[in-house]
Amino acid sequence: MPDVVEYAIRGVPMGCVFALVAIGIVLTYKTSGVLNLAFGAQAYVSAALYYTLRDPDRFGWPMVPAVVVSVLIAAPALGWFLDRALYRHLRTAPPVAKLVVSLGLLVAIPQIVNLDFLLGSQAKLAPPGVASEDPIYVAGINTSANEIVTVVVAVLSVLGLGLLFRRTNLGLQMRAVVESPRMTQLAGVNADRVGSFAWMLSSLFAGLAGVLVAPLFAQLTDLDFFGLLIAALAAAVFARLVSIPMAFAGGIALGVGQALAAGVLPADNVLSTGFRSVLPFAVLFGLLLFWPGLRDHAGGGDPLAGVDPPPPSPGGFVRPRWMTVLNRSLAGAGLVVFVVATLAVFDEFWLRVITQGIILSLIFLSVTVVVGLAGQISLCQAAFAAVGAFATAQLVDKTGMSVLVAMVVGAAVAAALGALIALPALRLSGIYLALATLAFAVMFENVLVPLEAVSGPTRQLKVPRPLLAGIDFANNRAFLLLCTALLALVAGIVLLIRNGTTGRALTAMRSSELGVASLGLSTGRLKVIAFAVSAAIAGFGGGLMATFERQMGRQVYQANFTFFVGLVWVVLVITLGARTVPGAVTGGLSFVLFRQILEKVLGVSATLAGSVSFILFGLGALTYAKHPEGIVEAQTQRFVRLVSRRRAHPPDDAPTAVDPVAPAEARP
Amino acid sequence: MSAPLLELAGVHAGYGPFKAVVDVDLTVPAGGAVALLGPNGAGKTTVARVVSGLVRPTAGTVAFDGEVISGLPAHEIARRGVAHAPEGRSVFATLSVEENLALPLRQAHGTARAAELTDQAYAMFPRLGERRAQLAGSLSGGEQRQLSLARVLVDPPRLLVVDELSLGLAPVIIGEVYQRLAEIRRLGTALLLVEQYVEHALGIAESIVVLRAGEVAYAGAPLPTDELSQLFLAAG
Repeated sequence: MPDVVEYAIRGVPMGCVFALVAIGIVLTYKTSGVLNLAFGAQAYVSAALYYTLRDPDRFGWPMVPAVVVSVLIAAPALGWFLDRALYRHLRTAPPVAKLVVSLGLLVAIPQIVNLDFLLGSQAKLAPPGVASEDPIYVAGINTSANEIVTVVVAVLSVLGLGLLFRRTNLGLQMRAVVESPRMTQLAGVNADRVGSFAWMLSSLFAGLAGVLVAPLFAQLTDLDFFGLLIAALAAAVFARLVSIPMAFAGGIALGVGQALAAGVLPADNVLSTGFRSVLPFAVLFGLLLFWPGLRDHAGGGDPLAGVDPPPPSPGGFVRPRWMTVLNRSLAGAGLVVFVVATLAVFDEFWLRVITQGIILSLIFLSVTVVVGLAGQISLCQAAFAAVGAFATAQLVDKTGMSVLVAMVVGAAVAAALGALIALPALRLSGIYLALATLAFAVMFENVLVPLEAVSGPTRQLKVPRPLLAGIDFANNRAFLLLCTALLALVAGIVLLIRNGTTGRALTAMRSSELGVASLGLSTGRLKVIAFAVSAAIAGFGGGLMATFERQMGRQVYQANFTFFVGLVWVVLVITLGARTVPGAVTGGLSFVLFRQILEKVLGVSATLAGSVSFILFGLGALTYAKHPEGIVEAQTQRFVRLVSRRRAHPPDDAPTAVDPVAPAEARP
Repeated sequence: MSAPLLELAGVHAGYGPFKAVVDVDLTVPAGGAVALLGPNGAGKTTVARVVSGLVRPTAGTVAFDGEVISGLPAHEIARRGVAHAPEGRSVFATLSVEENLALPLRQAHGTARAAELTDQAYAMFPRLGERRAQLAGSLSGGEQRQLSLARVLVDPPRLLVVDELSLGLAPVIIGEVYQRLAEIRRLGTALLLVEQYVEHALGIAESIVVLRAGEVAYAGAPLPTDELSQLFLAAG
C-alpha cells in the first residue's frame, strides 16, 4: 500500500517537532534533574520573540537575525537566568520540589509573554517559517523547505548530543552534577558553572523547537505549545527520561502514528479526528501505566544531601496547646464576623465574588487531601470538580432529583473516577504520577468534555439552587451562608481524616513509602483512598459551583474548570500551605479576590488583572523550594516562635541536640 | 618543625540552627597523619566537610599551606590539592567506573594524561579494570572504596581527608584499605582520618584529636585505648 507509506512519511516532520521538544525535556532532566513542565512555555517565549521580530508592523527583521536573537541569544539567556535565580538553589532538592517550581513557571511564563505591551493585543497569526513553506516535491513526496529544515535540525541534534554525552568531558560533568553537585565539586569541577551551562543548552533547545514549531499552527497561542508538550512528554517517558535516541524515535513514531490515523481512517469521521487528538494523551497515559522501568531516581540520590540544612518539616510542627485553642477560637470568631460583615456590608457583586471564593476554598480542600496529606502531586483536580458539576447538572435535568442529593451523587461519581485515576499511582510515584494526572486532565478537556455523554447537550443545563428545610437558597445571602456551612463541614472532615489513623498513615507515606510498606500498610490502598476522597471533595465542590452559577455546560466549564485553571489551583494551594485548612481557604479566597480587588478597587483592566494574578500565583510556587510547608504555615510558625520566645518557653521542637550526623543520615 | 599544611583556628560550623562544632583548633603537618576521633555525633564529619569547603564555617579560619581557604568554593579547594572521600558512598553511582576515575583526573590533568592515569589505576586494582564499563553503583562497598582510593593513589593530593573509611566494610577489606593509605602516605600525602573505630586509625596516625559534643576534648600524641575510652565515655 504505497498510500500508507506516503501518509507515514508525511508524519515525519511533525514527528521531528515532537522529537525536538522531547529531546529537550530529556536533556533538561539528564543535566539538571528537573522534569521541566515549563519547557513548552520556554519554547513559547522564543516563538513569540521570533514572531515579534519578524512581524512587519513591529520590527520586520529578516530571518537570520531574528533566529539568532530569539534562539541563540534569548533562549540560553532565559535558561541562564532560571538557573541563577532558581534551579541553582534546588540542585539537591527532591524531584517533586523541582516539578512544583517548573509548574509555577508553566503558569506564569505564558502570562508574562502575553501581556499586551510585550506581544501586542491583536490576534497573532503564526510567524513565517525559517525556510520557505511553499510545497516542493522530493522523491515524489509533498513537503516544504521548512519541513526539511526541521527534520535536518532534529537529526543533527540527536547526533550532536550523542557526541556531547559520549565523547566530551562536559557531558560527563553534566551527568555528574545531576547525581551530586557536591561530589562533583570535590572532584575539582565548578558545579555551578556546569549547571548553568546545562540550563543554557537545554533552553537553547526549547528556543529552537519553539521557532521551528510556531509556523505549523494557524495562530500563535500558548495552549498549542502546551499540547505539543504533552506529545513530547509521551516521547520523553518512552525514553524513560534518559535516552535521547529513544526520545527521538518516540517523537517520530508519534508523528507518524498521527499522520497515519488522519490519512488511513476515513476523513470527516469522528473516529479519525477524535483518534488523532487522543493519540498523544492515550500514549502518555498508556506508557505511564505499562512501560517498565519508570523510576524516580536511578542513583538513589545525592550522598552528600545532608550537607544542606534539613528543610523545614512539612507536617511535624508541634504547636503549644494555647496556640491551638487560640487558633480555633479566633477562626470561629473570624468566621462569625466574616459572615455578618458579608451579609450586612457587601453588595451583590462582592457577595458573588466571596461566595465563589468560599466554593473554591472547598474545592481546594481536595488538594489538601491528595497533595498535602498523601504527598501525591495531582494535576487533575479541576477535572474531578467538573465531573461533579456535570453529573449534578445532568442528574437534575434528567431525573429532577433534589440538587443536594445530586451533588452527593456527583461527588460519588467523581470519587469513583478518582479511584480509577489512582490506578497508575499503585505503580508510580513522584513525577510520573504527576504526569499521569496531567495527561488525564488534558485528555479530559480535549476528548471527554466535547462528548455529550460527559458534558450533556450543547446548551447550558439549568441547575436550581437548593431548597432545604423550607429555606430557598435562591437568595444569594442565604446561599453564601450555606456554602460557608458546607465549607466548615468539609474542613472538619478533612481535619478528622488528617488527625485520624488514615491521616497518620498518609503522612507517613508522604515521608517514606518504603517505611509505610514495612509497617504492613498497603501504599496502593492509601493512594486510592486519598485520590477517591480528594475527588469526592472536588466533585462536591463542582456541584456546588454548578448550583451557584444556576447552570452547567461547556461555557461554565470553560470559565471555571479548564485544566489550566486546575494547574493554577494546585500551584496556589501548594504555595500557601497544602497541609492545612487555612492554606486552602486563603487560596480559595485569594484566587477570586485578588483579581477583583485589582480590577474593581485599583482600576486595572480585566485582562491585565487576570494575567497579573496568574503571574503572581505562578511565581509564588518559586517559594516552595524554601518553604515546602507553605507560606501561611511558615508565617504561623514564625509567629509562634516569636510569641514563645517572649513567653520564655522554647517551642517543643527547638533544636537543642547537637547532632550533626543525624541530618546527613536521616535522609535517604 | 615546618609550618603546618592544614590549620584550623577557632572554627565554628553547623547546619541551619544546629551548631555542630564549636571553637575547634586542629593542625596537620605536611606529610603527617592526624586521626580525628570521637563518639557518634561529635562533629567529626562536619570538621571534614569544613576542610573541603562543603560546609562554610560560621566563625574561625581554615588555612591550607599558609593561605586562608575557608569561604572558597569546594572546587577551588579541591584544585589546591585537598581530596575528600566523604562518608558512606563516595562514588558516582550513575557513572561508570571509568567515568568516575576520569572526572577528577581530566579536570586536573587533561584528557590524555587522565587516560594514562586511569590505566595505572587498573594496573593497581585489576578488579576495577574488569569492571570499567560497569556503573559504580553496582560495585560492592569494598570495590567502591577501592575506586575512590585508586583515584587518590594515581594522583596523590597534598592532603587527603577520609571520612569513616571502615564504615560498612568487611574486616579483611579494612586491613587492605589501610595498607593502601600507608602507601598514599609514602607518596607524600598528608592524612586527616575521621574514624569511630579507634584501633584502625591509631595504627597509622602520629597524633590524634578527640572531639566531644562539637568541642576538642583532647589533642596531642595517641593515647592508650583505656584512656581514650575514658574520654569517649565522658561524653555527655
